[in-house]
Parts: sequence; structure tokens; C-alpha cells
Amino acid sequence: MTAGRLGPARYRAGYRAGYRAGYRAGRTSPAWIAAFCLPALVLYGVFVVVPLVTALYYGLFRWEGIRRGEFAGLGNYLEVLTRYPLNQEIPAALWHNVLFFAGTMAIQNTVGLGLAVLLYRNPRGKRFLQTIFSLPYLISPLIVGYVWSLLLSPTFGPINFLLRAAGLESWARPWLGAPDTALPVLVLVNAWQWIGGPMLIFLAALGGIPRELEEAAAMDGASPFRAFWSVRFPLLMPAVGVITVLTFIGCFNLFDLVYALGGSDGGPGGAMDVLGLLYYRTAFEGGTNAIGESSALAIMIFILVFGASAVLERFLRRREVTS
Amino acid sequence: MTTRRRGVRVLVVHALLWSYAAVAFGPLLLVAIGSFRTNADILRQPVGLPESLTLDNYLRAWETASISTYFANSLLVTVGAVALCVAVSATAAYALSRWRFRGRALLAAFFLSGLMIPAKLGLLPVFYMYLSMGLIDTRPGLMLLYAASGVPFSIFVIMGFMRGLPTGLEEAARLDGANEGRLFVSIALPLMRPALAVVTVFQFAPTWNDFFYPLVLLRSDAKYTVPVGLTRFFGEFATDRATLFAGLVIALVPLALVFALATKQIIAGLTAGMSR
Repeated sequence: MTAGRLGPARYRAGYRAGYRAGYRAGRTSPAWIAAFCLPALVLYGVFVVVPLVTALYYGLFRWEGIRRGEFAGLGNYLEVLTRYPLNQEIPAALWHNVLFFAGTMAIQNTVGLGLAVLLYRNPRGKRFLQTIFSLPYLISPLIVGYVWSLLLSPTFGPINFLLRAAGLESWARPWLGAPDTALPVLVLVNAWQWIGGPMLIFLAALGGIPRELEEAAAMDGASPFRAFWSVRFPLLMPAVGVITVLTFIGCFNLFDLVYALGGSDGGPGGAMDVLGLLYYRTAFEGGTNAIGESSALAIMIFILVFGASAVLERFLRRREVTS
Repeated sequence: MTTRRRGVRVLVVHALLWSYAAVAFGPLLLVAIGSFRTNADILRQPVGLPESLTLDNYLRAWETASISTYFANSLLVTVGAVALCVAVSATAAYALSRWRFRGRALLAAFFLSGLMIPAKLGLLPVFYMYLSMGLIDTRPGLMLLYAASGVPFSIFVIMGFMRGLPTGLEEAARLDGANEGRLFVSIALPLMRPALAVVTVFQFAPTWNDFFYPLVLLRSDAKYTVPVGLTRFFGEFATDRATLFAGLVIALVPLALVFALATKQIIAGLTAGMSR
């Protein structure tokens, strides 16, 4: 984007110029402001913000079906955290989200960085390869889930077929049917889909680092690994920050892929159950107080995600180095 | 010696890159090839080439499995939602980046905070709101929801872009007596086109792909979009791999087209978060 190509100084100058122009032209009449801002405000307000605020309100009452009962204060929150089976499902689902986040950071984002570095150093075929790598990015997670569940199916799936053909009979297994392989497979399939994101962001960030820096390090006798780790990597921190926050938010939005791979119960023994799935089940497959309980759960997830991503962003921002 | 070692290194790097390319593309290739094979053939030999090129699977998926209906619904909902989202976001982003008025910063922050909100958590209230508004099981209901949830990202991208644009042309037109509406339509809108392209592409894919909202908000088969339609389709044709593969390919076509036409915009959009 153009804003990215302009240096920060010109970028800020343009920003200030925009302000000045607004000043000089005098005040824009309120009618124009309303005409330009209200459609977006109403749309976003009514269909995104109001429902979230309503969830907060719903969560404070007991419900019988769709009839609102007495005011419950934090009663629903307590109930969700203490009553069986939710009191066991919530920690389990949260733990799976955490494992999923850790696994995605370790596999998807590390391999993405590796691919970006390799591509950056070898411009030949770069465009073609980066297109191939990020191709799965556009496919619906649901379709990705279905494709992989077909590929991984125990008897007729090509993956087990190839393993058997390669003489690795003992490796062939019901990948999505066994509790101990389901979650790792989920992390891998998800990484397969989204790896293009971190890769392209790292590539753009690498392109923004002056070559002289690394050359200077090489002249000082630093090994290529050392030069990367001490010179480039610190300059990649803004990209790491953006990717970490995006991965975190994406991790808690996880729903479609798990639904396709393991159904709404989250696979064998709930091995892939995550908070998004649990919310769906509580809201639409729950008991009489489904509205109260699922709203309380939604608000807790909301606070967790919004709070943690704000903290994460602040923390990562402090560690940035400017070039 | 050094050149030979470098040669070996380049070879290793390329081997790594191309083997990952196989991992990324292989599964898609298996599905594409599978969609031309017969089901019996696939069950006997999961990996293999088609014996003869047949389009039977596609015909069966398109007609018998009514993918054609799902496809039309998805197209309608997606195009409507993206158009609405881009229209309201472009005007709001323009006002927020070019005019100075009270509450401007607050309004911008309000929109941008949506980038960190998991909007799906509002699904249950949306469900009951739609029930009372008569929007359950309607395509416009879905359209509005998608347009609304795309607003934060679109405003973010367009505002970022506007900041980098000089205001000279607008000032000249203003001196010539053009009013604000005229300025926006004839000067700003054409200049914004690259940002609008990024936003369009980036709203198109998740809207086309979304499964969560229609799963809950749609009830009749005739209004299903492709992803919900596919879950039904997967239930019905569970043992017919060949037809399933063909259905998946059909669902992928519009996105493959978007990808082929807009790789540049996609890369720009992915890196938009970097230029803050």
C-alpha cells in the first residue's frame, strides 16, 4: 500500500497536511459529517456493538427458554464456572485454545518466518512460490476441514494409503479419531491454511530492513546465523507483534475448522473442543437457561480476548526497535 | 570451493522451498484430480490418475446436490455485503481522515476497536434481534451482518491510505467551489481506488467462506450459502468421494478467481497492519 511505501516522516507530514486542509476550509457542516459517518456508525452499531452489549445484559438474568426470569447478577457467571459439565468443559476448552495458540506460534509462525527468509534470499521463483504457499489462505476453513478429513480418513484416505505404500504401515492411524493425535493434526491443518499470512508479513518486513546493516555485521565477522539473530530479528519485532496478536485473535475465533474436522462436540473425547465451539453448544444446544449461561460465557471470552490482546500489543510494542 | 559451497546451499534452499510447495499444493491437487475420477476408482486406489476425463461428478454435484442454488445465494449475499460495507466505510473513512470535528478521534477509536472484538460472540443476541425483526432465514439479514462486521477493517485500511494521500487536488477543487459531496465523488473516490480494491478482496473471501452465521440464522435449504450447503451435502453424499471432491472444487472456483486477479491487493492487505 502507498502508505507503507512512503517513509514515516512523509507519512506523518501527509497526516498533518490533511488536518490543515480541514482547518483552512473552515468547519464542515454537521449535515455533511452526519451524511458521511452515520451509515457506517448505524450499521456497525446496530449489528456489532448492540448485540455485544445485549449479551452483557442477557448474562445478568436467569432465563427460561426465551422468557426472561429474575435478575441474577453474577449468578450465571458463577453457575457456568461451577456447575457440571460446564465447570469441566470450560477449563478443558480453554486449555485446548492455549495449546493451539502455542502450537500455532511454534509451527505456523516459525515455519512462516523460515520460508520468508529463504524466499527473501533467493528471489528466483519468489512470486510463484509465495503464491503457492499462500493459496490455501483464501479457502474456507470449513472446506479445508472437509478436504483434510477426507485426506486423513482411516481406510480410504490418501495419507494413510501413501504411508502404507511407503512401508510405514505402523504410522497409518485414524488421525482424527484418536484423542492424542487430533489436536496436533488440528494445529497442522490450521497452519497449512494460514502460513501464507505470517510469511507475507515477514517478507514485507524483511524488505524494509536496509541490507547495509547485515553487510556491516558480516564485515565485523559475525556468522550468518548470528547476523540474522542479532541484527535482523530485532528489527522484525513489529512484524512478530502483529502476527502474535493476529494469531491470538484467530485462535479464539476458531470454529469452522474444528466443526468440519470433529463435529460440534470437538472430536474424539472432546480432544479438539475449543471455546468457540463450547459457546455454540451452550447457546444453541443448551438447557433452559441457555441464554443466560451462554451470554455469561461470551462475556468472559470477550474480556479474555480483548484484554489479552491489548496487553499483548502493549508488551510487544515496548520491545520494538526502530531502524 | 566457496562457489561450490554456495551452489550446494542454493540447491538445499530450493529443495526446501519446493518441497513445501508440494505440501501446500498437493492436497488441492488430490482433490482436483479426484473430482474427475469415479468413486469406485477412488475407493480402490486413493491416490491415482483418472481413467477417463468425466464431468459426471460435477453435474451430479451441481444439480442433484443443488450446489447451484447455494452458489447463487452465496454470490448474492457476498456481493451485496461487500458493496454495502465498502460504500459506508469509504465515506466514513474519508470524513474521519479529512475533516476535523468534535468527537472525531473518539469515533475513529470506536470503529477501530472493532478490529479486536470477536464479533461472533454477539451471535445469540443477533439471533433474537433478527427473530423480532423478521430477519431470520433471510439473505438481506446475512448481508447486513457481514457488511457491519467488515466496517472496522475497511475503515482502518482506507484511513491509513488516505493519510498518505496529498490534499492538493481536493483544495484546488474546493477553491473552484465544489461542495463536499462533489469533492468526495469526483476527487477522493478515484484516488482511493487501490485501498477500495484491497478492502473488497479482503471482505469477499471471509464473507464467501463464512459458515457460523448462516448455520444459525438460515433455516430453509433454498437460502443456504455454499458453506452450510456443503455440510448438508457432506451428510448426504458421505460415501460418494468423487461427488464430494467435485463439490469442493466448485466451492473453490470464485476464490481461485479472486486470488488470480488480485494477488497484489491481497499482499497489500496482509501487510496493511504494518504501516501504522
